[in-house]
Amino acid sequence: MAERTLALPDRLRRVTDDTLGRHLLAGLVGAVVVVLLLSFLGGFRVSQLASFSYLAIAAAGLTVLTGLNGQLSLGHGAFMAIGAYTTAVLQRTELGLPLVVVLVAAVLVAGAVGVVVGLAAARLHGPYIAGATLALAIAVPGLAIFWRDLLGGEQGLTVPLPDVPAWFADAVFFLTATDPSSSRYVAYLAGLALVAVLVLLANVARSRTGRRWQAVRDDEVAAQLAGIDLGRARVLAFVVSAACAGLAGGFMAFVVRLTAPSGFTLTLSLTLLTAIVLGGLGSLTGALIGAGLLTFLPQVVTSVGGDVGLSDVQSAELAPLVYGLVMVLVILLAPGGLVGTIRLKRAERAARRAAAAGATASTGAPTSADERTRAASGTGATTGPEDPQHDAPPSTERKRSS
Amino acid sequence: MPDTRPDATAPSGSPLLALEGVTVRFGGIMALSEVGLDVGPGRVLGVIGPNGAGKTTLFNVACGFQRPDEGTITWKGERLDRLRPHDLAGLGIARTLQGLGLFERMTVLDNVTVGADRHGRAGFWSGLLALPRSAREEAALRERAMAALEELGIAHTAPRYPASLPYAVRKKVALARALVAEPELVLLDEPASGLSGEEMDELAGLVRGLTSRMAVMLVEHHMDLVMTVCDDIAVLDFGRLIARGSPDVVREDPAVVAAYLGDDVGQEA
Ligand SMILES: Nc1ncnc2c1ncn2[C@@H]1O[C@H](COP(=O)(O)OP(=O)(O)OP(=O)(O)O)[C@@H](O)[C@H]1O
Ligand SMILES: [Mg+2]
Repeated sequence: MAERTLALPDRLRRVTDDTLGRHLLAGLVGAVVVVLLLSFLGGFRVSQLASFSYLAIAAAGLTVLTGLNGQLSLGHGAFMAIGAYTTAVLQRTELGLPLVVVLVAAVLVAGAVGVVVGLAAARLHGPYIAGATLALAIAVPGLAIFWRDLLGGEQGLTVPLPDVPAWFADAVFFLTATDPSSSRYVAYLAGLALVAVLVLLANVARSRTGRRWQAVRDDEVAAQLAGIDLGRARVLAFVVSAACAGLAGGFMAFVVRLTAPSGFTLTLSLTLLTAIVLGGLGSLTGALIGAGLLTFLPQVVTSVGGDVGLSDVQSAELAPLVYGLVMVLVILLAPGGLVGTIRLKRAERAARRAAAAGATASTGAPTSADERTRAASGTGATTGPEDPQHDAPPSTERKRSS
Repeated sequence: MPDTRPDATAPSGSPLLALEGVTVRFGGIMALSEVGLDVGPGRVLGVIGPNGAGKTTLFNVACGFQRPDEGTITWKGERLDRLRPHDLAGLGIARTLQGLGLFERMTVLDNVTVGADRHGRAGFWSGLLALPRSAREEAALRERAMAALEELGIAHTAPRYPASLPYAVRKKVALARALVAEPELVLLDEPASGLSGEEMDELAGLVRGLTSRMAVMLVEHHMDLVMTVCDDIAVLDFGRLIARGSPDVVREDPAVVAAYLGDDVGQEA
């Protein structure tokens, strides 16, 4: 590992060694890509990129919760719904709130609900968290029907498009010599928000907070002995994740221009989970890849279906089938997801190199006497260390150990 | 094994951790019955007894994982009744688990850095924004973790994952994770299980070396090791404290010989 970094010029190496430097650099590159793509692509692609952006924001938040902290949420679509409805309601008032204020409100409301749900989830274990969040995913869209007057019932609320600020119009005109549409403005913001969210989440993941989340995921007893308050760590992870989903929902409201219960079915929550499992749990890059697959795959599949002579309806039916197949293939062949599998291969190569370099020749297996005493004791009054959490789907390292 | 014990009759000073009249019942089982124990700075207290005698339960009580039904626990003279397990590290008490309890999906370096967590102050926001304060602290915590790994001679395993390491090395990782907290008292639950004789000698030297920095409480089945490293030994049998004293005293104690040591010493020594 050291040899490869040595080849880099010294100054660049110093930047990439430093966490913030590396994340900011990646963020800057991302921002430039967003601006270039959105400035020169056509309208359809722009709206597709906007959809990708909000899906990726939600997936990134979910992979932090499920991948890093081991809490499986089947109901993250509910937090997107909360963000979307907050946005729709505020945007429909006569207040003329700036877009950023509306989005911040979406984040705050979703985050606040995240505190409540997170507190409940922190007291539950694996399957019960899944059940509770599942109930949430089903219940929240129902509220829109219950509070018909405020939230629009089945029909939902149409979302007025935001005004394009003059400075933004000028800047885009300067770049492309055209006046930007309102939806292009939203797409820009969504793309840049995605970049910002990724940088921030990458920061947290590499910080003391992220390390605590992972410790709680891997072994509750050992984490407590290190001074980590399990409940606080879990609630914080939940809130961060819910806030991301709220932001995603806010953008979704602007992109779809309609906020209705039918947009937040269980399918949405499961789509998010699919995205992070495909990409690799706990990996932000994986969340990005997964969200990309889910945004662009249906269209590719549908057009391929058309090419081989299927009707429109038939090729539209094909997309979920291909999802399902891809999902099954990933779980069977690459349980760590795409990114996890690449990491595993890299780790294996490093281990081989280390072994070749002549590592310690110490005997590895515990004695049978030790196994006996370990089996005989009830270590820990809460959950024993030999009883790791069951809520996280299989990951690379776990696979390797078994 | 060289006998590196200091004079076993040296005064223990005022105790760090003291248990008085601690009783724990699990249904009909008396896991602990009116147990009184204490350990002072720089001392090594061994806790021995047959399987199921209550040794791990004793540790769980000391760590706040198990509320005693009766009795008190004090740390430097202050009662620890409302103690939650995660408060312990902050007081300066660390513990290794009878199972290893390593964080399997984190590197060895990250495992040990978690152990150093109590030396960190950075909160969520400074991590989110990657403020220089947080970055500096991260570097310092990593340095502590590397130093702890170096002290145990396993610095080369820093980027590896625990599952890829031999069992004895994993035990050292768990030990490093406890020691990196720089506690005033460390509780070791069967640190020698699964180790070879040679590795056990190394462990004995290590534990004696710790006494300049911290007190040690040690649960162990290997009599050799216990007799070599402990200043004081407490013997539990069916939850009762049946003997307490220096290794020589305990070895000769008729109750101990009858209850436990007789056959076991014959086997293991
Ligand atoms: N959580 C629990 N619930 C019910 N009984 C328990 C529990 N924990 C321990 N016990 C019982 O309490 C007694 C003491 O157990 P403990 O684990 O403290 O023994 P130990 O001395 O550590 O044994 P070992 O040498 O096997 O580790 C045993 O009879 C055990 O079955
Ligand atoms: Mg035990």
